[in-house]
Amino acid sequence: MEMDKIWRVNLSDLSVKSEAVPAAWAGLGGRALTSTIVAAEVPPTCHPLGPKNKLVFAPGLLTGTPAANSGRMSLGAKSPLTGGIKESNAGGTSAQMFAKLGIKALIIEGLPADGKWRGIYIDKEGVQLKEETELIGRGNFDAVQVMNERLSKKAGVILCGPAGEMKMLTANISVKDPDSHIRSHGRGGLGAVMGSKKLKFIAIDPTGAESLAIADPEKFKSAGKTWVDALLAHGVSGQALKTYGTNILVNILNEAGGLPTHNFTAGQFEAHDQISGETMYDTILKRGGKPTHGCHPGCIIQCSQIYNDAEGQYVTSGFEYETIWALGANGNIKNLDQIAEADHCMDDLGLDSIETSVMFGVAMEAGVLPWGDGAEVVRLLKDEIGKGTPLGRVLGAGTAAVGRAYGLTRVPVVKNQAIPAYDPRAVKGIGITYATTPMGADHTSGYSIATNILGVGGHVDPLKKEGQIDLSRNLQIATAAVDSTGMCLFIAFPVLDSPACLQALIDMINARFGIALTGDDVVGLGKYVLKTEHQYNLDAGFTNKDDRLPEFFEYEPVSPHNAVWDFTPEEIDTFWNF
Amino acid sequence: MQIQVRLYATFRAGRFNEQMRDYPPGSTIKDVLADLAIDEALVGTLFVEFKYATSDQQLHEGVRLGIFPVVGGG
Repeated sequence: MEMDKIWRVNLSDLSVKSEAVPAAWAGLGGRALTSTIVAAEVPPTCHPLGPKNKLVFAPGLLTGTPAANSGRMSLGAKSPLTGGIKESNAGGTSAQMFAKLGIKALIIEGLPADGKWRGIYIDKEGVQLKEETELIGRGNFDAVQVMNERLSKKAGVILCGPAGEMKMLTANISVKDPDSHIRSHGRGGLGAVMGSKKLKFIAIDPTGAESLAIADPEKFKSAGKTWVDALLAHGVSGQALKTYGTNILVNILNEAGGLPTHNFTAGQFEAHDQISGETMYDTILKRGGKPTHGCHPGCIIQCSQIYNDAEGQYVTSGFEYETIWALGANGNIKNLDQIAEADHCMDDLGLDSIETSVMFGVAMEAGVLPWGDGAEVVRLLKDEIGKGTPLGRVLGAGTAAVGRAYGLTRVPVVKNQAIPAYDPRAVKGIGITYATTPMGADHTSGYSIATNILGVGGHVDPLKKEGQIDLSRNLQIATAAVDSTGMCLFIAFPVLDSPACLQALIDMINARFGIALTGDDVVGLGKYVLKTEHQYNLDAGFTNKDDRLPEFFEYEPVSPHNAVWDFTPEEIDTFWNF
Repeated sequence: MQIQVRLYATFRAGRFNEQMRDYPPGSTIKDVLADLAIDEALVGTLFVEFKYATSDQQLHEGVRLGIFPVVGGG
């Protein structure tokens, strides 16, 4: 087994150190590791933009191996947006480089006393910290090109964009993808943490990185084949996502009456066909783009795309349902090209496309801009948020901040984080996830949509309370475990429907490390991660009163089902009975 | 009876996006699938009047039927 290390870069004393992996951390990876480290080392009551917060990058247990779809990175910290613990997960090319260079975790600590910007360089010799001036203020697309020239086209790059430099709560952390475009550690404002530490980038030269040692290569190869077969055989991971991307969900959620529209005042959008996955697919083909595109080497699900403008020029990749729903249905923008341009701007500035886009819906209700004005969204992104004007800073502080500044009650957030693309009144299972996940309003942490809407893992009626808490709990536990493996979460679709697929995942982990985990161990890992995160939030000052949805969901029925959020606080609190 | 049939994703190819179609009273969703030559094994989700439906469900005059292949996202 290669000598994995924990690397610490301390911006207070400018030291760079590597340490042996403590025994207690040896069996952990991804989210299990980042949440363990944050819980152990970041005081729960600290200021998230102060010297005591840390950024913890950790690839997953299978990252860097040949296992399909294993190239994800977990990033942990105390979130300045939610005030609680955060794990933010991204694809791109960096995670596999970390793993192959023997980096079990990279922990960034402290705050620079001299106020200077720096960048981190990583290669097979080690980790170095250097001052940086050229890239400060540059957009992410440019910055990636500069780093490609400094190192090589093969370099890995992780960036604090201009929004993070300004410590906006909508700021994400960006990761170079295989085409030198952008993937994101999106949620929770972690770009502001990177900006508070005046860390502009982490650049990786993977030259000389070795293949990872596998304890039982034959068993790994055999399990890996079962894994690939299962991913390709399932309709979602095998065909649907590589054709339509995630945006296929516009029409499904519209048909289900759970597509939040006009700042969460209706469950269907009249112009849904104009922004749908089907329309996006036709547009991509017509303009010579690619409907099928992977965010990291070894991804066979390939849910991303290359979306071009009418002249055939690149506009964006990773053009997600969440972004298109939020600006389209929720903000009433009917023009997919305007939404794509906004997506490009958010990638360039380093802005979470969920938080920022939901914010625009609240801003429209506040009268800051007209409903459906895609051109003005782009202008506000470039000229106000991007330039840090006073209006830009209000908008850049996110959905809750704008709601507060303009005295609104219809503000769709939980734990201060914006609610994603599924109305909790019409899809009650995701409502439980929004309320209870330690992450704040987050859909991926327990994707009840799979079973409420998509018929994956069975069916639980989205309009009734029955079964939702168990559903969300089981999914949150499973997801916490999956997030620790380095696997893309979309593997959950075949895993939920195929016991052989789940077994192949466990077999690959066992073959990698020469251990003998069972399905119960995987569940145990997920429970441990969730309880660790929940306890951290309690220690940070959260109570059960924070596991609630905004009040307006209780008395504003959503069409067409006329549904309201009717879970009692006592019912919601039973989530934590495990 | 008139049924508003909406097809999505790959089911549109060679068929239509949306059509009012006539079926005998008492027809089930299975009958519609057969009529449209949609292999039931490929069906992901069915909606009647925006609610989850199963293929054995009987249809009534004027309802909207949405038919999706297996799809997903996040």
